[in-house]
Amino acid sequence: MRVKKLNRKPSLIGWGSVVGKRESEGPLSDDFDIHDKGECFGMNTWEKAESEMQRIALNTALAKAKMGAESIEAVFAGDLQNQCVSSVFGLADFGAPFFGLYGACSTFAEALLLSAMLVDGGNFDTCAAVTSSHFCVAERQYRFPLEYGGQRTPTAQRTVTGAGAAIISSANGNFPRITEVMPGRIVNKGIKDANNMGAAMAPAAIDTIRDYFNETGYSPEDFDLILTGDLGAEGHATAMDYLLGYGIDLRKNYSDCGLMIYDINRQDMHAGGSGCGCSASVICGHIMKRFEKGELKNVLYVATGALMSPSTSKQGLSIPGIAHLVRIEAGRR
Amino acid sequence: MEFLWAFIIGGAFCAVAQILIDTTGLTPARILVLYVTLGVFLTAVGIYKPIVDFAGCGATTPLLGFGYSLAEGVRTAVDKNGLIGALTGGLTGTSAGIGAAIVFGYLITLIFKGKPRD
Amino acid sequence: MDINEKEYKKYCAGRAKKSPVFKDTFAAFICGGAICAFAEGLKALYGMTSLPEDTVKMLVPVTLVFLAALSTGLGVFDDFAKFAGAGTLVPITGFANAVVSPAMDDKSEGLIMGVGAKMFTIAGPVIVYGVLSSALYGVIYWLCEVLL
Repeated sequence: MRVKKLNRKPSLIGWGSVVGKRESEGPLSDDFDIHDKGECFGMNTWEKAESEMQRIALNTALAKAKMGAESIEAVFAGDLQNQCVSSVFGLADFGAPFFGLYGACSTFAEALLLSAMLVDGGNFDTCAAVTSSHFCVAERQYRFPLEYGGQRTPTAQRTVTGAGAAIISSANGNFPRITEVMPGRIVNKGIKDANNMGAAMAPAAIDTIRDYFNETGYSPEDFDLILTGDLGAEGHATAMDYLLGYGIDLRKNYSDCGLMIYDINRQDMHAGGSGCGCSASVICGHIMKRFEKGELKNVLYVATGALMSPSTSKQGLSIPGIAHLVRIEAGRR
Repeated sequence: MEFLWAFIIGGAFCAVAQILIDTTGLTPARILVLYVTLGVFLTAVGIYKPIVDFAGCGATTPLLGFGYSLAEGVRTAVDKNGLIGALTGGLTGTSAGIGAAIVFGYLITLIFKGKPRD
Repeated sequence: MDINEKEYKKYCAGRAKKSPVFKDTFAAFICGGAICAFAEGLKALYGMTSLPEDTVKMLVPVTLVFLAALSTGLGVFDDFAKFAGAGTLVPITGFANAVVSPAMDDKSEGLIMGVGAKMFTIAGPVIVYGVLSSALYGVIYWLCEVLL
């Protein structure tokens, strides 16, 4: 069985989201807690700006949960930078036990999943999940310099400048809760085009979603929303197509964070957004707000990641994908 | 007339490169390398000089022209100094462009900071 | 039940949105052509001075490099290049942009290992293969001269 049912239903008691300029100009603008039009967040390098976003996101989440940093027994965090340094430098001052994760754009689900399992198992009472990505940092690391005059292909996705933090707790009360999780497997279907991440990650999403429905016997109609991390336009359509072939019809209630965060046509965002901060800010901003308002009660969140590096790309290796699943339900235990 | 031919020939070189970028898997970096070496080759076999005479800056401004300067520089240097010119001539012929790129590039770098692009 | 790799690749290649080749090529032609015509204009302008012809020939690319470097610094080169594509990439303006942009980005890593070392990460291959091929030509040319 790949699906793990969490009997104690860990609750999400606080959340915070931070985004950059283009995200704040997108359709979800009002749902994010904090944004900076300059995307510097008061820092002199983009790397420090990304760390600062994580710090602000976690502080916001703690404030919402009405608790101090000392209550966090473990923080699970990650980003796209080499050696996960955005998380390290952003979260060092909290003094909380720290686990650095790398799951590319799937990291937020990975962090939620591990936090929820350890809270469910009784190992911790309060954990935090924090991830971020910054457009400028990712461009520098994976693509071209910021002022380089290049064209993006239509299938390319833009790395979101954003961070999200959530506090996972064993507390009682009326909170959104993580009731099921399903860790993803590494799936590689031979896609090599780093400008078409959606195609590279979709097979992992298909693998996870298909096995989830097969194992649990649920159907897509049982959920208010099925949300993939950041497959973008290409991956979203591909996943929907293939899953329909497996008898899983997602046409009614399936969306993708990478498609939601930008107005793709108006903002000229090609295939949509991506990055660890994409689904993190959409979940901790938009989705949690809708849980609060009671608009959502049962959401399947499947974050996808492309597990490649600039070196593996240049060496001609294909891009493996992964998709972790987290089910979030409203209500009491 | 020189302007028109410079426009058409220069534009055509760019258009071919764009078609290669859009329709083949060739990355821009590979196309630039291809253009420079092609420029050297075409100059070596004597095809490019007439194009330069005809289109002026339309032929010297694209990277093919960089290859042309390299090859012309080498030929001049070999004529003057013998075999050692094969090593010295290329960079001599292109020294203005490379020198300008380094000096102006450095100064610009000191003054400005990159910003997120759309 | 598993996804067939071959079929999947074919499916993705089939559905992936293609670049608008006609529009891109037209933009590249117009912008590239305009830059070359502008260069021709510079040549005519400098030609009106008392400068020797060789100096004029060198001043033209130097001016283009300067303008490209400046517009890169001001942050407008990439906006223009997004539209022009190969139209700004292929002229010497693209070379200048490729030198300046990585140096600007890596200023945060210091003037030696940041700016100094990263300046040619993108433009380097052009110089390497250009000089290599011209040296090869030089050797062949020399052999022909000696032997013939």
